[in-house]
Amino acid sequence: MTTNRIDDIWGPRTPFDAGESWPERVDTHLVDGLTEADVDRWVQSACLLCSNGCGVDVAVSGGRMVGMRGRAVDRVNKGRLGPKGLFGWQGQQHDRLTTPLVRRGGRLVEASWDEAMGLVVDRSRALLDDKGPLTHGFYTSGQLMLEEYYTLAVIGKAGIGTPHMDGNTRLCTATAAASLKESFGTDGQPGSYTDLDVCDAMFHYGHNVAETQTVMWARMLDRLDGSDPPRHVTVDPRRTKVAERSDVHLAVRPGTNQALMNGLTRELVQHGWVDHDYVEAHTHGYEQLVRTVEEYTPDRVAEICRVPARDVSAAAEIFGTSQRIVSTVLQGFYQSHQATAASVAVNNLHLLRGMLGRPGAGILQMNGQPTAQNNRETGVDGDLSGFRNWQNEQHVQELADLWDVDPLVIPHWAPPTHAMQLFRYAEQGSIGFLWIAGTNPAVSLPDLGRIRKILASEDVFVVVNDGYLTETAELADVVLPSALWAEKTGTYTNVDRTVHLSEQAVDPPGDARSDLDIWVDYARRMGFRDRSGRPLPRWDTPEAAFDAWRDCSRGRPCDYSGMSYEKLREGSGIQWPCTERAPGGTERIYTDQVFNTFDDYCETYGHDLLTGAAVTATEHAATRFDGRARLKGAPWTPPPENPGEEYPLTLSTGRTVYQFHSRTKTGRAEELDRAAPDAWVEIAASDAAELGVTEGDLVRVESVRGAIEVAARVSGVRPGTVFIPFHYGDSDGDGRKRAANELTITAWDPVSKQPQFKGGAVRVTRLAAGNGPAPAPDTGASARVSPDGEG
Amino acid sequence: MHLATYIGLLEQGERTLAESFRQVAHGHAAEADVFHTCLNLAVQCDEHVEALAPLVERYGEHSEAEPERLHADGLSQTRSGGLGLLRDLHDLYLLGSYLDMAWTLVGQAARGARDQEVIDVVAGCDHQTAGQLQWLRTRLKAAAPQALLVAD
Repeated sequence: MTTNRIDDIWGPRTPFDAGESWPERVDTHLVDGLTEADVDRWVQSACLLCSNGCGVDVAVSGGRMVGMRGRAVDRVNKGRLGPKGLFGWQGQQHDRLTTPLVRRGGRLVEASWDEAMGLVVDRSRALLDDKGPLTHGFYTSGQLMLEEYYTLAVIGKAGIGTPHMDGNTRLCTATAAASLKESFGTDGQPGSYTDLDVCDAMFHYGHNVAETQTVMWARMLDRLDGSDPPRHVTVDPRRTKVAERSDVHLAVRPGTNQALMNGLTRELVQHGWVDHDYVEAHTHGYEQLVRTVEEYTPDRVAEICRVPARDVSAAAEIFGTSQRIVSTVLQGFYQSHQATAASVAVNNLHLLRGMLGRPGAGILQMNGQPTAQNNRETGVDGDLSGFRNWQNEQHVQELADLWDVDPLVIPHWAPPTHAMQLFRYAEQGSIGFLWIAGTNPAVSLPDLGRIRKILASEDVFVVVNDGYLTETAELADVVLPSALWAEKTGTYTNVDRTVHLSEQAVDPPGDARSDLDIWVDYARRMGFRDRSGRPLPRWDTPEAAFDAWRDCSRGRPCDYSGMSYEKLREGSGIQWPCTERAPGGTERIYTDQVFNTFDDYCETYGHDLLTGAAVTATEHAATRFDGRARLKGAPWTPPPENPGEEYPLTLSTGRTVYQFHSRTKTGRAEELDRAAPDAWVEIAASDAAELGVTEGDLVRVESVRGAIEVAARVSGVRPGTVFIPFHYGDSDGDGRKRAANELTITAWDPVSKQPQFKGGAVRVTRLAAGNGPAPAPDTGASARVSPDGEG
Repeated sequence: MHLATYIGLLEQGERTLAESFRQVAHGHAAEADVFHTCLNLAVQCDEHVEALAPLVERYGEHSEAEPERLHADGLSQTRSGGLGLLRDLHDLYLLGSYLDMAWTLVGQAARGARDQEVIDVVAGCDHQTAGQLQWLRTRLKAAAPQALLVAD
């Protein structure tokens, strides 16, 4: 039995009105014509193929995964699943790594665990002895489990003592974290998905939710189809399905988000749509913000962003006059120029109207990946564990006490090294040991030619944990086969702070092991010990790691102290903070409008949004935020690379609904692969006409950094901009380059350090006629337009 | 009347700092954040020079005695590698600090002279110079351990 979520991505509507509860609708997929009667057991889990965090039961028969069923009781999805959730897991049953590989004579050959780990430990030990901990770097994922991240955090920060730890979360969610920290003092999502059930307005900032979180969009669609639909504004350079359903669609020119946000802020001020009592009591920085946005009149914004001035005013009017607003933000802001400033501006709008901490009034600074939140919480991605502040000696001491190590061992002289800097150190040879887990930088990082050179360099010893022989693994010195989702037990947390337990359902293939087991094995072989001589980390099972994390999180915003595996098994997701006082979890934070900006509690003292310069402890104390949110602004500045004569078009990259990341799983699931088998470039009808390009033609897309050859899709992208999905790597055997990141610029946001995948200049040249339409789905934003330009 | 001298010195110093930011940007273009940030900060310095222009006009650019002791040297060339980056950013910091104090002194004299126009120009620029120093400090602190302990 199968639910069709390929053609019918969002499924049948179950409309509801404000204040009603979202109806259940259970989606199921069982392979080979099996029925529920054929299933041996259903194992509780949550989907790992987007950041929504849908509750799911895994069907097991004869020791194999045979299907998925959405959990009707789960608060996140009420039984629904999207295309990736229903079908993507099947990719785990193909082409898996089952034994360690080591590089000999330039080739990767099979080896035993002992042999492979011996090589890893020898190199690690030699470098530590010779040059110390700053030679070691770790680059992880947004798809491992909380227990694995926390274990690695302790090994890296307390065992080795290196600041060089980051995740690919840097590419997807770093700006969500940075913007929350700047505005509210710490990470932690103010909103809850249930805010969507009661809101009277929705704003989507660079968030194609219809394709990136399909089940969340289903919830929104059900409100839009109810009798009291929320008003709806979308900021996106493409005509997405979300944009099509909007009252106002602002198709801004890439690189100009901050100008738009300054314009919206100014409109609130000019029209008196500011709750001055709230601003006075709960924020700091209003006057400075008003001065910063003063020059951004609707006409000026229209000129910079190339959108009609009346649309800017109309959007502001909706924000200014609605009573319960939910804003969601994603990569259109996070992977763009002035990422943190623009995302902070969304927080500002809510603060100016006192629009948070109550039902229906929420901010969802989205995550791109299912477990990105845990990477942030545990501190393997450029933070200290438990949202602690590296500039605060007391916070460092708390960790030193927990881990029983000298606080000097824990690197805290500067923020932990971000991914792009980490790869730069490897390029320069000062990082000589680079461990990559569960991610594929040879497809996902900007300027791939450069990244491949670094990974292939003889000066850097590269270890890769993965389930597949990815483009990255092919360049490694040692490849360790990982157990994937449902082949191990652990927890993870979605965008709205909902923690799910995912139980092991089946055995991993061959000799594959969980990343937790791999890192504990490394730590034991290295002989890491705490001050009392106990092994570090002190645990070696997922549940013991979770219990240790509970202690680490106690008293911090992401407080798990009231949770246990047992409790997570009983229900279907618990929102943190979960404590003795709030044993059932907490739906919404900041309900008292007291924010985490106290000097001794905040995760950061903040940064200058233009340069990333850090505010000092003294400066922060002098301002006396004391629980008030920080209103911070920045002028718009032109992006670093603009289209010109030679490269006249602006590049944007992003996702399609059927694929996830570099397709390691989704590209191996037949239904998904068929729906979006190969890369394409989206071109507006007017640009296509000028270039002599028609639907399906093979074209070359070039930037100063590289070139790819893909099929052209004439779509509803804004004229002057082209869009390329980033999922497709170059290693499909035909030697044709098609990865979007061959073209992208190396530049990142000064505060969040998130790379700018959207922006940069390219040109398009027609090479040949195609065989029919481009291999792009017609179900989402990549849909074909008819010759008259209408969809 | 030495205020004119100091205004001239500020104007010259901002020109020098703008050039030096551009030099470091291009000399360390492989450090993408240094490249983009230094170019942006150079534009700020250009704007400071523009803001100072009417004051220079009004006060006249006095070339006092001992000009060499009132002149800040820019960077003659950039160095390479991790340590080179550290030293170049450190040089920018010295030049920036020199200007930061010059803005303060000009601002003080402007108050003494009750010259609102100068007071306004100082208020519009000096926090940006302070911001430039803050960024240099942040970047230098992050880079120091790697450059001093493990870089070749």
